[in-house]
Amino acid sequence: MANTTDLIHPRWVRITHWVNAVAVVIMAMSGWRIYNASPFFPFAPPGQITLGGWLGGAIQWHFAAMWLLVGNGLLYLACNIISGRLWRKFFPWSPRAFLADVLAALKGKLAHADLSHYNMVQRAAYLFVMVDLVLLVLTGLVLWKSVQFPLLRELLGGYEVARREHFLAMAALVAFFVVHIVMVALVPRTLLAMIRGR
Amino acid sequence: MFKKPSRQPLANGDLLLKDALKDMGRHLDQPMRRAFLQRTLSLGGLSMLSGCGIVEESDVENALMKISRFNDKAQAFLFDPNRLAPTYPDSMITHPFPFNAYYGEDEIREVEEEGYRLEVTGLVADKRAWTLAELRAMPQTDQVTRHICVEGWSAIGKWGGVPFASFLRRVGADLSAKYVGFKCADDYYTSIDMPTALHPQTLLTLTYDGQPLPPRYGFPMKLRMPTKLGYKNPKHIQAIFVTNNYPGGYWEDQGYNWFGGS
Repeated sequence: MANTTDLIHPRWVRITHWVNAVAVVIMAMSGWRIYNASPFFPFAPPGQITLGGWLGGAIQWHFAAMWLLVGNGLLYLACNIISGRLWRKFFPWSPRAFLADVLAALKGKLAHADLSHYNMVQRAAYLFVMVDLVLLVLTGLVLWKSVQFPLLRELLGGYEVARREHFLAMAALVAFFVVHIVMVALVPRTLLAMIRGR
Repeated sequence: MFKKPSRQPLANGDLLLKDALKDMGRHLDQPMRRAFLQRTLSLGGLSMLSGCGIVEESDVENALMKISRFNDKAQAFLFDPNRLAPTYPDSMITHPFPFNAYYGEDEIREVEEEGYRLEVTGLVADKRAWTLAELRAMPQTDQVTRHICVEGWSAIGKWGGVPFASFLRRVGADLSAKYVGFKCADDYYTSIDMPTALHPQTLLTLTYDGQPLPPRYGFPMKLRMPTKLGYKNPKHIQAIFVTNNYPGGYWEDQGYNWFGGS
């Protein structure tokens, strides 16, 4: 392996990123099929973009990919914390700098010269998606095993509230996903960096 | 297996796809349903993988089935035999409590009390059949708990009857056996694990909201378990058997998770 100091993304970041991407896509598409069995908002995702074919198949996918999502997510968080990368890359955090970067982004003037450095908008977005995924797992645990996790169930407002939270956290994740893909399309070098590491 | 004249032609694939779950029980007989489910599983689930020839469809289905068996074990591990499902005040009961089955409301079975006998077989000391009067003579209890459907919705109801653990002890069931299976008057069948069968809230249910169980909720009896999803709670029970051989279930044989815990 070449000089690792040149790496923008170490290997473990790239591997967990792509495993997470696969898990999230499976979870979202199978989750839509499960939601469609009993929608609680006045809309439902079209069946063609869901995974599993029927409720039973979708549940099989969902409860298989959950192990991938959780196992990979824990590995990512552990590496992130132990290596100190979490603090180096996503902190410090300044609301003023965040607003300045949002304004710059809206004007199309936010620079991406150094891919190893995350601007405040990126830091906010990536931290948000980490928290959102944790929330998805916790609300998911309440839906899967509402009797066995009473404390979590009550903290999250009960089974029916957790259903809505799970859905809204999914919607936030999909929104992140869309923006993420658009940004990669605008700055394609970031895709190469996430594959090759530099 | 259960057959009824279909009200819509089988060729109407789109409609069937739409209501895959409930309607298939009504419109297709068992072998056709199996074939249909396998086809839709591949259409919806695997076309993006198998269509490119990356993996065999059946391999993916087998892998998913294996993970589902693993999930049975994970749930058995998470299941705490002493942890109670939350109970609610009567004021929170859902009115009307929803009807749900693999068939429509127009096909609800009417079981006559006269002549009804509950069969008890398998690994039990006393294989004598039970009348409803004998079951009603046993100590009764009731509970207001949340019924959670595999489809996601939930509803709160009030069920009364005999704690299943006392019934199993009364008939001298082998409590170290793995499974308790159920055969029902509506041709439904399912099975549960012994720890759940012995859970204090698992109820051989004879009443709903203080009244004899109406046909729509499973007269003469259903097994009510607030620790399991709705499809694990059989209605119109005719026979109970204790066994170490995996008995499967109506939906479970088609791909629903067997443990189905909550």
